Amino acid sequence: MKRNFKLVALTAATALTAGLLVAGASAKEVKIGVVLTYSGGAAHFGEQIGRGMDLYIKQHPEAFGGHTVKLIKRDSKRPGGDIAKNAVQELITREKVDLLTGFVFSPNAMASAPLATKGKVPMVIMNAGTAWIPSLSPYIARVSFTMWHSGYPMGKYAHDKLGCKTAAAGFTNYPPGKDSRNAFQTGLQEAGGKLVESIPMGGPRDVPDFTPFFQRVKDLKPDCFFVFVPAGNHAAAVFKTYSAVGLKAAGVRLIGPGDITQDTKLQGMGDGAVGMITMHHYAADYDNPENRAFVAAWKKAYGADTTPDFMAVQGWDGMAAIAHAIKAQNGDVTADGTINALKGWTYRSPRGSITIDPETRDIIMDANVHRVVKKGGRLMIEVIDTVPQVKDPCKALKIGKCAK
Amino acid sequence: MNAPDRSAPDPHGFLRGRERWRPVEALPWLIAIGAFFALPDYMILGTQVITMIIFALSLDLILGYAGIVSLGHAAYFGAGAYATGMLSAHLGWGEPISGLLFGGAVAGLVGFVSGWVLLRYHGLTLLMLTLATAIMLQELANVLEVWTGGFDGLLGMEFTPLFGLFENDLWGHAYYWYALAVLAICFLFARRLVHSAFGRTLVGIRENTRRMHAIGSPVHWRLVTVYTASATMAGLAGALFAEINAYVTLDVLSFARSGAVLIVLILGGTGRLYGAFVGATVYVILEDELAKASPEFWEFGVGLVLVLVVLFFRGGLLGGLDSAARRLKEARS
Repeated sequence: MKRNFKLVALTAATALTAGLLVAGASAKEVKIGVVLTYSGGAAHFGEQIGRGMDLYIKQHPEAFGGHTVKLIKRDSKRPGGDIAKNAVQELITREKVDLLTGFVFSPNAMASAPLATKGKVPMVIMNAGTAWIPSLSPYIARVSFTMWHSGYPMGKYAHDKLGCKTAAAGFTNYPPGKDSRNAFQTGLQEAGGKLVESIPMGGPRDVPDFTPFFQRVKDLKPDCFFVFVPAGNHAAAVFKTYSAVGLKAAGVRLIGPGDITQDTKLQGMGDGAVGMITMHHYAADYDNPENRAFVAAWKKAYGADTTPDFMAVQGWDGMAAIAHAIKAQNGDVTADGTINALKGWTYRSPRGSITIDPETRDIIMDANVHRVVKKGGRLMIEVIDTVPQVKDPCKALKIGKCAK
Repeated sequence: MNAPDRSAPDPHGFLRGRERWRPVEALPWLIAIGAFFALPDYMILGTQVITMIIFALSLDLILGYAGIVSLGHAAYFGAGAYATGMLSAHLGWGEPISGLLFGGAVAGLVGFVSGWVLLRYHGLTLLMLTLATAIMLQELANVLEVWTGGFDGLLGMEFTPLFGLFENDLWGHAYYWYALAVLAICFLFARRLVHSAFGRTLVGIRENTRRMHAIGSPVHWRLVTVYTASATMAGLAGALFAEINAYVTLDVLSFARSGAVLIVLILGGTGRLYGAFVGATVYVILEDELAKASPEFWEFGVGLVLVLVVLFFRGGLLGGLDSAARRLKEARS
């Protein structure tokens, strides 16, 4: 076994050297500025995305067309915008980066967008999900998602397939929550359903007592209850209250976007989550060859007890997009060249087939219907249906700020 | 305290002597000007340092001189930032200097109104009320999403070039000088204020409020006046911040910002004006360098330095320097 490994390593090294020799004089080092939250309460987001990126570079060195990348990491700390903006400004002026990527929180991406235009540096967004971000600069492309990618199809699907003629919505009162609720309402109403109640359920920082909100829903007796809360403690409390108040017994179906059942938090949610139906673009349990390879490589690199989640896959896909852009331009990265290379770029991601929309520079991907099941003592995500190749509905329907 | 030996007491001369400019006071300005030529690529960081100095200086006026401990000074920083930001984003007024003055004026007004109520209280009650003021303002900005942009932040600010000539470019050179000029004006004002008779009554209030009442000093109005001046200055810092970033989020009103400015001032030393200069420079540069060296673990380093300074330097870095100099003098004589 050991000798075998040595042989493989030797072959790989030879191949790599040969590859480098072929690329020869034209091999370039592309500098990439990575702006993520590495510290504080949201540090695990930065960690997931960063690991996804590193893993892609390790697994697919050939995808960069003989060129290498140097990642210059900066901590964006809080979602305030100013710290990320200063970091980006320094990355452009002092480090002279060819490309920018990362961006967990939307305000950080929004604050940095004018700099991408001014400095002519392309920006690949790996999370920040406010729908209209790509319209802030012609040099932005996004490989993550918008809240509309899950909320809107969920509204339609809930009405057409789950029998939700009437629904109530409960959401944590901050932008992703409000976005998700609006998307769900739009989808539901277009399908002919009716949103009978909409309940803001506190801020994202503290877990509120959900009982009064859920009691209100129980009195209204809608067919379905759409909930958006941050994954983790909030979600666990939602499932507990859902059973305790008797909504489950009353036959009110619990649905939501897949952010709630994030892989890294899934096992802590308890059996109350079983049967919940969500709409999302990724779960580590997806059964396709790309994902099996991705998850196996992940567990080998970071430990068997860790799991990638949708943020990790966004980091992986973002790096794949960057690799494609570098290869297409043969290492001479420009803003226009990068965006042109990414427009219409299609890739077989662990989440399924993804494409960058040439018009909006936003992602087109499948929205999958997830059901939480329990198998072999652990909670799992089962895909029961798919809405194929969803374009961001907010921009497609020209709603509010997305109309620009 | 070893008062210098005088044959004839001369209180006026003593006070005037304190106000006289010493050669060493040129040092920060020489450093600031030198930095521009030596490190032209670091001007964004430099501008951040200057904004922080102005903000910390404003806190020094109330904390260092009048003894008002505040955990919510970001309220005025944020008020200034939002005022300037909304003036540009909603009313299309993008001239930076008038925008800056507007931000300062609005913050001053907020400071006057809140100070008039707050400063009737002392000690822990006052501390909690300053904290509550900032939290309430932050929540207000969150609710008034139509005007402030809520959590997503206020977008769409556009500022015209300074004097119609100097644009805020990617390197931030023009705005470095702009910020430095604002700092110079704020500093001259603060220096004049603390050395005036008004400034001496503030110290009197800090040291013994009852006695100041007894000698007939209008304590409440003195405090409200300095609080308003401090809020205006914090507002100018906030307005400058808004113009530099052309973007404002709820973070400008956050507790983290109120806390950071307090830390900066304690680090540098309170009640000596230059504490703000030293504290802000050390804190901002330390945070920047550590975060670059280790994006995941930098907070530990910052914390460690703060703990060491508080443990071993009484009165902050400048206080430590002072006592070291005194000890050296004693050893010599």
